Amino acid sequence: MSKIAVTGDDAIAQAAKLVNPDVVAAYPITPQTIIVERFSDFVANGEVDTEFVCVESEHSAMSACIGASTAGGRVFTSSASAGLMLMFEIVQIASSSRTPIVCAIANRAISGPINIHGEQTDQLLFRDSGWISQFAETNQEAYDQTIMAFKIGEHPEVLLPVAVGIDGFILSHAIEGVEPVTKELVSDFLGGERKSTLRLDPDNPVSIGLLHLQDYYMEARAQVRDAQQRSKQIIIDTFKDWQKLTGREYNPIESYQIDDADYAFVTMGSGAGNARTAVDELRANGEKVGLIKVRVYRPWFGNEFSTLTKNIKGIISVERAHSFGSPGGILGQDVKSTLFDAKQTPYIAEYCYGLGGRDCLVKEWTEIYNRSIQGFNEGENLPYFWWGVRE
Amino acid sequence: MPDVLPTDVSDVEFKKWVAEKWGYKKLPMAGSTPAGTAKFFRTGDWAAKQPRLIVENCTSCYKCYFYCPDSAITMVAGEDGKAHPEFDMFYCKGCGVCAYECPGRKGEKAIIMEDLK
Amino acid sequence: MIINIIDIRLHGRGGQGVMTSSYLIAEAALLEDKHVHAFPTFGPERSGAPIAAFARISDEKFYMKTEVYEPDIVIVQDPSLLSQIDVTAGLQQGGLILINTNDPNKADVQAVKQKRPDVKLATVDASKIAKEEIGLAVTNTAILGALCKVTDNKIIKLEVLETAIKNRFKGKGAISDKNIKAINRSYSEVSI
Repeated sequence: MSKIAVTGDDAIAQAAKLVNPDVVAAYPITPQTIIVERFSDFVANGEVDTEFVCVESEHSAMSACIGASTAGGRVFTSSASAGLMLMFEIVQIASSSRTPIVCAIANRAISGPINIHGEQTDQLLFRDSGWISQFAETNQEAYDQTIMAFKIGEHPEVLLPVAVGIDGFILSHAIEGVEPVTKELVSDFLGGERKSTLRLDPDNPVSIGLLHLQDYYMEARAQVRDAQQRSKQIIIDTFKDWQKLTGREYNPIESYQIDDADYAFVTMGSGAGNARTAVDELRANGEKVGLIKVRVYRPWFGNEFSTLTKNIKGIISVERAHSFGSPGGILGQDVKSTLFDAKQTPYIAEYCYGLGGRDCLVKEWTEIYNRSIQGFNEGENLPYFWWGVRE
Repeated sequence: MPDVLPTDVSDVEFKKWVAEKWGYKKLPMAGSTPAGTAKFFRTGDWAAKQPRLIVENCTSCYKCYFYCPDSAITMVAGEDGKAHPEFDMFYCKGCGVCAYECPGRKGEKAIIMEDLK
Repeated sequence: MIINIIDIRLHGRGGQGVMTSSYLIAEAALLEDKHVHAFPTFGPERSGAPIAAFARISDEKFYMKTEVYEPDIVIVQDPSLLSQIDVTAGLQQGGLILINTNDPNKADVQAVKQKRPDVKLATVDASKIAKEEIGLAVTNTAILGALCKVTDNKIIKLEVLETAIKNRFKGKGAISDKNIKAINRSYSEVSI
């Protein structure tokens, strides 16, 4: 099929349309608004069979989603930044209730000061919540990952909610070409309607989400822990199934020019596009540099990460997110703790960049590279550094 | 515990489950249990007080029936042919919500709480 | 592997359809199987505030996702911006600037010419065309006809732009035809 010109938000809405969820409950927030706005068009035009619940807040949106999902429905929602904050109490309950809700997140900086632009800190707050958390680099990836998210989350071995992140404005409001798939393909891929053994059913009544105190709380949390671990194989399998159908390859941790690389950028989301371009420019100057892109952040694919970095001398971890008072970045902590187990630990330099949507040009990525290499050559790890912040 | 929760689990079976300390592999997912198992548990012996009906003050308004947090009240036709509350002391915790909410007749309550002997 | 990319920056005011302009460029380029990335910059703007949008086009697949700082082409949809912001900032040597104005001899247009004698300066009265053909002073489509002409149909072809407009205004009655008329007029009326 020829490509369609869509924004990242539109791509996700189109993907959700093909999935035809039973229920969508969402509340608008920039830069996600277009996703639910477009989807409400589909509902109004009768292009989907979805029950669209107009709620009064994100807290209610996620609550309605959990209700719909525990009733056995296929459920989609979307939010960003402050919306996620308001939703956050219920976000935790979505994973412990084992509701495979798919939530598209147009990643946006957290207030304050108030800002509407791209930053991944909001989704990284999902880190410890039991959600599967993925990031997309392009609108095509956002489109594909949204569809795949339903299959991953609803797998009986998983039953966890899935977040798919796109950088606010950089993808959410940017037009790119997206190769669409057909409704039939999506329906076959998902295997028809959601099948759910544990659900609220008047003919087979159960209670879900009961009080667990000292005697059982740890066991209930351990179930989510195990589901996260089990989801790794399901994610890999689902990516492969999608590749068979569409020819588009997906991996939880992806690499570019890594085979003979001495050094590697590690990043997530749309920034990987700029890093990739910087790798091309640096390679043209003879630098042996590659890129590792973390597509699936939770669960963390440590083994896959270690395999890619086993011959790397220096890692340059660059993230559009921050954590105050922490020993480094958020992604950086995962990178470091994974490398701690490696036989030969590479040097590492950690950067925070692009908060609140601040641009980071390709030439800045090459400057980040040069600065890091200089440190590595002096035999040092570089302290955590906020790139581009004025003193 | 089976994969799909049974709907008609027995009193004895369910209490046996509760007494066992299951590991997370056996524990049903998502904090779920068969529905309605609260009926197996006598909560009436938590009570320090019990409600008493003064039938001549009862207007059959049903407020006590709706407010009772333990569904321990059923409305039963009395000698006057009107519905009046009956308290199931197997479940009544003696919380007193029914008495508090009771509007009574002309300021005189139809339910009052009394010390349990 | 260095890829040849055409970078376009559009200036206008909120409500003039600057974002739609950039989207239309991208949509048309995609119809020619090119690779695109086009997006607006948003601040606290509302109707009337100066805003910018960007479009990147290449025959080859590219990955860059930054804003455009060194454009090959600048499009100015609102002539009053010429005295407000430096529209030529970063414009490549020998680049192109396309300005919507009713008088190319106006001082602010001439000032651009003096400041950047190296660039190709084209003007078109897109506001007039838009008012006459569409009935609204929304210049976002009208100015793109001129872009096709001054770039010799190399970035987007006029007939492809027509298709993109038809796609975008599908099911919206006469709007599509009116816009197509407008781009054809600006294609023929643009002066260099």
